[in-house]
Amino acid sequence: MRSEVAGAKRVFSRPETLADVPTHYCPGCGHGIIHRLMAQVVDELGMREKTIVIASVGCSVLIYNYMNADSLEAAHGRAPAVATGVKRVRPDRLVISYQGDGDLLAIGTAETIHAANRGENITILFVNNAIYGMTGGQMAPTSLAGQKTKTSPYGRNPAEAGMPIRACELLNTLEAPVFIERCSVHDVPHILKAKRATRKAIENQVKGRGFSFVEYLSMCPTNWGMSSQAAADWVSTEMVSYYPLGNIRDR
Amino acid sequence: MRVAVVAEPVLMRGNEAIAEAAIIAGCRYYFAYPITPQNEIAAYMARRMPEVGGTFLQAESEIASINMVFGAAAAGGRTMTSSSSPGISLKQEGLSYMAGTELPAVVVNMMRGGPGLGNIAGSQGDYFQATKGGGHGDYHMIVLAPASVQELAALTVDAFELSDRYRIVTMILGDGYLGQMSESLVLPEPPSKLYDKSSWILDGAAGRDPRTIASLRLKPEDGVERLNLRLQEKYREIEAEEIRFECFQCQDAEVLLVAFGLAARVCKAAVNQLRSAGVRVGLFRPITLWPFPYGELLQRAGRMKKVLVVEMNAGQMLEDVRLALGDKVRIEFYGRMGAMLVEEEEIIKRIRKES
Repeated sequence: MRSEVAGAKRVFSRPETLADVPTHYCPGCGHGIIHRLMAQVVDELGMREKTIVIASVGCSVLIYNYMNADSLEAAHGRAPAVATGVKRVRPDRLVISYQGDGDLLAIGTAETIHAANRGENITILFVNNAIYGMTGGQMAPTSLAGQKTKTSPYGRNPAEAGMPIRACELLNTLEAPVFIERCSVHDVPHILKAKRATRKAIENQVKGRGFSFVEYLSMCPTNWGMSSQAAADWVSTEMVSYYPLGNIRDR
Repeated sequence: MRVAVVAEPVLMRGNEAIAEAAIIAGCRYYFAYPITPQNEIAAYMARRMPEVGGTFLQAESEIASINMVFGAAAAGGRTMTSSSSPGISLKQEGLSYMAGTELPAVVVNMMRGGPGLGNIAGSQGDYFQATKGGGHGDYHMIVLAPASVQELAALTVDAFELSDRYRIVTMILGDGYLGQMSESLVLPEPPSKLYDKSSWILDGAAGRDPRTIASLRLKPEDGVERLNLRLQEKYREIEAEEIRFECFQCQDAEVLLVAFGLAARVCKAAVNQLRSAGVRVGLFRPITLWPFPYGELLQRAGRMKKVLVVEMNAGQMLEDVRLALGDKVRIEFYGRMGAMLVEEEEIIKRIRKES
């Protein structure tokens, strides 16, 4: 129930694409912000009734509880292949694959690279919070060197585990993608930039232009063992210095 | 789009007959990954799909191709993938997810010798994997075992129909020999019935509530047990409705051969030889390996002197034959492994020993 105040102008409301339900995400988690950005853009483009969201395994597997749109849950790492199958059958629908770092860059590396390389006309929204969240904080392919996790209790050792993988730069070696951008959701100015990237990446698909990819550096205070503010600060200092922000490709 | 159906016999290779039959059945989304001995299916589809306005896509792996099938099925497409034993192992994850989400599709396994990379000739070593659920969780696929190129084509059309009717994966379980051999066949008619999928597919929530297709069920009120109970109910219905088998010279038989697929072809030749020498022998050939014709087999084999199970494996269907017959009949087994063909002379010798 919303009460309207006479003469007042509404400046903020829940996008129609976002379901009106309580969230299961932890305080300070970035998923809620990124869900909203996606929902807002789907609303703006008037695509809600033509959208099929591909949920991937990780904390955000439950994205379908928050989206007022059709959604399909993929097996771990397989979302870009599943999205490919959906898009080939429904080329006029908006297919958005929402994936975390373990899903996209560890178990699903092949699916990610090949969907991008084929130039599938889909949009991948990639949430990089440098850790496996749902399983309780294991080392991710994007965990920073020295980062302590459940499975790197002494800190990620690059001599054993390698250095974290930069998804945008990896995909930038391919010919087909039309849009690649890394953004962050650690503060409002960055969220606004992330919104613009999200809009571009989804709009590209609606216009039939091809594969678009947005990476969001995001917070996982629970598994990082930090307060919400400390987690946002860690993104802006530690993560941003290894994962440079900005547009990498916009054709 | 109409596909011209040729009524007179044509000569086709098994793998190509599967591909053309899939097109006739209305399959328009085929996802491939190369593996011998089923590569002719992909090559045929690559050429043929563009002609009928369909999609041929060579995926990056068997894992990706089954997940493309998963997506295409969820979006309402008639879809198929094909592979051979090692590739089918990689598809097991996807098959379990398709069972958990009740998505319909056809998957072809032209079996080769295993375990491991094995070899590239025909085998029947994946019977357990196909019929007992190769992936995780309590589930089944319908498994059809053709024994000729004609039957490969006919069962491929039926497989699409069964998949859509029950929202289940149907597997065509052939072998490398069947896939590679050329025989004359009459191409099948298109399926008589198309199922309306509009009540469950994902095509964008226009003018309706959004739908989710997912196998994760954390809430007790819509939990995994409930899904399983529904699946089991469906499986019982399939067991009641869809069992298929062939009886060859069973009527007055005293000894019964039990074999499926290519091994049954060899058995048939042995039956003909033995019959012309006056031996009263018959052949029971399950066509659905799941559901397995337990009752039908018992009905015919219960009075036999002996049953000889013949397989191109170490004795996999043998276990189902034992389940069907218990200790009512003496059961013997003759099998060859590693993609070796069972031999007609050996079957004759083993039957003669008794008769």
